[in-house]
Amino acid sequence: MNVVNLLRIALRALRRNKMRAFLTMLGVIIGVSAVIAMVAIGQGSKQSIQDQLTSMGSNMITIRPSSRQTIGGGARLEASTLQTLTVKDAEAIASKAPHVSAVSPMVSTRGQVISGSYNWPTTIQGVSAGYLDIRDWELSDGIPFTDDHVRGAAKVCIVGQTIVDNVLPGQDPIGKTIRFNKVPFMIIGRLTQKGENAFGQDQDDIILAPYTTVQKRILAITHVQTIFASAVDQESSEVATEEITEILRANHKLQPNDENDFTVRTQAELISTVSSTSQMLTILLASIAGISLVVGGIGIMNIMYVSVTERTKEIGLRMSIGAKGRDILLQFLTEAILISVTGGIIGVVLGVTVSKLITVFFAWPTLVSEGSVVLAFVVCAITGIFFGYYPALKASRLDPIEALRYE
Amino acid sequence: MNKIVDIRDLRREFVMGDVVVKALNGISFSVEAGEFVTIMGSSGSGKTTLLNILGCLDKPTSGTYLLDGIEVGTLSRDELATLRNQKIGFVFQSYNLLPRTSALENVELPLMYNPSIGAKERHERAKQALEAVRLSDRIHHLPNQLSGGQQQRVAIARALVNNPVMILADEATGNLDTKTSYDIMSLMQELNHQGKTIVFVTHEPDIAAFSSRTITLRDGKIISDRQNTNVRSARDMLEALQEPK
Repeated sequence: MNVVNLLRIALRALRRNKMRAFLTMLGVIIGVSAVIAMVAIGQGSKQSIQDQLTSMGSNMITIRPSSRQTIGGGARLEASTLQTLTVKDAEAIASKAPHVSAVSPMVSTRGQVISGSYNWPTTIQGVSAGYLDIRDWELSDGIPFTDDHVRGAAKVCIVGQTIVDNVLPGQDPIGKTIRFNKVPFMIIGRLTQKGENAFGQDQDDIILAPYTTVQKRILAITHVQTIFASAVDQESSEVATEEITEILRANHKLQPNDENDFTVRTQAELISTVSSTSQMLTILLASIAGISLVVGGIGIMNIMYVSVTERTKEIGLRMSIGAKGRDILLQFLTEAILISVTGGIIGVVLGVTVSKLITVFFAWPTLVSEGSVVLAFVVCAITGIFFGYYPALKASRLDPIEALRYE
Repeated sequence: MNKIVDIRDLRREFVMGDVVVKALNGISFSVEAGEFVTIMGSSGSGKTTLLNILGCLDKPTSGTYLLDGIEVGTLSRDELATLRNQKIGFVFQSYNLLPRTSALENVELPLMYNPSIGAKERHERAKQALEAVRLSDRIHHLPNQLSGGQQQRVAIARALVNNPVMILADEATGNLDTKTSYDIMSLMQELNHQGKTIVFVTHEPDIAAFSSRTITLRDGKIISDRQNTNVRSARDMLEALQEPK
């Protein structure tokens, strides 16, 4: 029998029982659309979690001096007082490490910031122009300082919201001058508010200035306390770490058996948390997907099975006018596949629509991935074949004489 | 003459536990092209078994059955299906039309299982078959919109559509009232006059009177096989039935 006739026979058979075909389909429709909507919600959440983590700087690599150096009786010194890292190190990393996208040296100190009659104890961080990129931190107002500002040790700064609230309440900070430890700084930018971090520290209580300015005018030092670098992406932070270690060892002229006089740390813990979270989300959603589709498939099997008994006489008739066992098998299988595939298509459309509606009405991020659509569709077609096969086989093995006489 | 059916010493035995039931116990007869044969017998005479074998739904235990020159006994299940599709037109007592399916689609059904016939030809032939049973004006009606007689005529159209060598009717008038069964028999006679070979299984002597030959079975054997010299016209009977009014 040719495919066109087969399809026509199956379609006509389904058309005779529209209601039943639709109800059978409903299981598949719900299954597939649930899978797509669930996965879309999961992917959307995963994406937004990842975005948030990236904004926390998940690519960030921190390089500090190591407490290898000791004084007197062997007591180790606090890392910030060590002077092994230099601006040259930062420049070497920036120019030689291919997996590093941005580098910023940092010097910081605490002090009192004064403006008019207000004053406030805070931290000033001396960084380079690339620092904001490394931290993925944006300005809400004004402009960032440039490499020229850094070269010229310009007395400009960017302030966090807490500074504005405490020393310039109710004023537009841009263009105002504040004094930090008696050094005047002109405010050229304001940072977007970040709020508290996971440990309750106010991330907005900060002043950023060119590191050269902080080195020369406040601390009077030439070394840097920390170097921040940013790996090109999350996956390459391992490689970037190795590259940085290599470069710094060469720069510091360390012998192969010398210990590092610095430490390189990545946000590995954060990254592994992200991947385990998304892993769990995926497993959860995959199991929901599995259950829904299996239930839909059993629905098909159930109906096809009942249908074979109910349509025994029809099967007998078809056989008596020349249908072979294979024709009957293919007819019932085709009916099952048509139900599951049609249900699958409707389910895909419904699932995508539901995902969009969730985003529109509940402001919940959703991301319909092509993979989930293709997977849901393929699984439901396979379900149709798998669950349709047994009833179809049963139908094809009927004895035409018995079937014709069946009441 | 061209023999459509040629049966020699046909036996069919069923094993029911320890007992062997001899449903057909050595039957021989042949049917020539253009004959209208009724097969009669009470229940248990073996006529249903014979019908199943004639219709290629069942195979004999021994003996030979040649249908249009083809030995049926040695064919596989699939080959039997092809034979049914191309050589036999079935008409059943309970019509066996597909519900919620138009008369046209019901008649098209046998051709659906014949891969050599395209959609257009199938459509044309189904229409012609419905014309032959005088139902041209009902081709899009569903079975539940048709009377019993009309449904049976759709079933006859379905039996005609594949140009079978033999129409095999099983108590085809059993569910119909006298008037409608005369109408159906008159259609059968008409088809027979056009050259169709018809084998009609029935237990009503009344119906047998319309055929040209009657074979009577009892206990799996033929007890009589005679030509009907006085064939009655179903059309005349039908008209006679309407006259007294």
